[in-house]
Amino acid sequence: MRPPLLGVSIVWLSVMVLLPLAALVASSTDRGLGGFWNAISSPEAVAAFKFTVLVAIAVAAVNAVSGTLIAWVLVRDEFRGKSLVNALIDLPFALPTIVAGLTLLALYGPRGPAPFDVAFTKWAVLFALVFVTLPFVVRSVQPVLMELDREVEEAAASLGAGPFTTFRRVILPSLAPAIASGAGLALGRALGEFGSVVLISGNLPFKTEVSSVFIYNRIQSGDQSGAAAVSVVLLAASLVLLSGLTFLGRRWSR
Amino acid sequence: MKSRLALRTVALGYLTVLLVLPVGMVFYRAFEHGLGKFFDALTTPQAQHAIGLTLLVVAITVPVNTVFGIVTALALERRSFHGRAVLERVIDMPFVISPIVVGLALVLVYGEQGWAANALVASGIRVIFSVPGIVLATMFVSLPFVVREVAPVLREIGSEQEEAAQTLGASGWQTFWRVTLPAIRPAVAYGVVLTTARALGEFGAVAVVSGHLQGQTETMTLYVQDRFEGFDVTSAYAISVLLAVFAMSALLGMTYLDRRRARRS
Repeated sequence: MRPPLLGVSIVWLSVMVLLPLAALVASSTDRGLGGFWNAISSPEAVAAFKFTVLVAIAVAAVNAVSGTLIAWVLVRDEFRGKSLVNALIDLPFALPTIVAGLTLLALYGPRGPAPFDVAFTKWAVLFALVFVTLPFVVRSVQPVLMELDREVEEAAASLGAGPFTTFRRVILPSLAPAIASGAGLALGRALGEFGSVVLISGNLPFKTEVSSVFIYNRIQSGDQSGAAAVSVVLLAASLVLLSGLTFLGRRWSR
Repeated sequence: MKSRLALRTVALGYLTVLLVLPVGMVFYRAFEHGLGKFFDALTTPQAQHAIGLTLLVVAITVPVNTVFGIVTALALERRSFHGRAVLERVIDMPFVISPIVVGLALVLVYGEQGWAANALVASGIRVIFSVPGIVLATMFVSLPFVVREVAPVLREIGSEQEEAAQTLGASGWQTFWRVTLPAIRPAVAYGVVLTTARALGEFGAVAVVSGHLQGQTETMTLYVQDRFEGFDVTSAYAISVLLAVFAMSALLGMTYLDRRRARRS
């Protein structure tokens, strides 16, 4: 008899993942479709969602540039301590998010030694999200850059292309899928992030409040159904994004 | 040559400002009043309880997620069935969902007005605002790690050796212990490290289900927030440093496993 691997997995995933999500979707319409709509269209919910999407796109853009740059330096440059820097890149994934928020607050907050204070501003949210998403683009671009054939670059250079043209016309097209998938993962993470943002943003409604914090506040004030409705919207946004990424990845890899 | 140096400077400067200085600052703040104060902050009954609870949650989450992760990876790679893509999508769900939404979803099943409320009350089990809820939330958010590490390795090694073992008369268990497990062990180890790091540090999902009961349902990360908001920043920084040390140990473990993996291939 073959062990029932598939049966066990399906039961496990159903109980652990699908059951809670089903409860979430069901609860979001506890007060009917009208209640659902009221919950997601309240001015505060809309403001939080808009800010969340906007800042997540900004985070993806910052990472696309900085992540590619860091990956480039890690692959093509040689300097002492490079392996230490390489190990450091994963720190934001290993560090608890609340600690990540606290570290930024310690340096760039009101009592920090930095010459500016970003606490309770929109910049603080961007800062915290860029911190926790740092590894995504670096780690997706790095292996592609390692495999890249340098002869093509040398050919381009010998045909008279400057370094900038070579980068734009030869290197960037081969890195684009990796940059896009890394930036997409960063965007998805930024849409739902909570721990790193909660201390440093001040959670000011209409200003620095992101959707996850808004949902948390609805739960704390006993409005589970409203919280579930906004959660469903946030979840749908993430899923659309994930499907889009899978689709783009498949198209590019062809 | 000049441009290479400029790129290096920009990249390292960016990492310094974003990562190294802030983390260094937390270490400085934790130790600025001396080692004694640091250890005092770690040894208060509340801090001790938070550390103990976090370790308990890790001790339950990691083995359970490892066993089911291996089973799920085996199902994905060693069984043919329709709806494989759906199953993979479900496995990746915890990576896409906001931790806050995870916590809320669990409250809606196991909370006072949740789907399982009657059954739980009847059997006298408390899940939400209690340790089982914290364990469930942690298991949810760290569920994909072992599967995602082990499945690609299973695909790469193929099933010829397992089939050979079975033809020679080995039972399913023997094949697993003697053939499959040795081949996937590095991937399992990597998955365990990632699961442990995530389980130690989970905050959002746990914040929703725990109820923040001091000395009862407060994990280390919740304790950090609680102390920070209670203006006891020294304790907040001290526990943060402890968590950061755990995180760095996980990084060291990953680097070590990477090197071993590279040497083998």
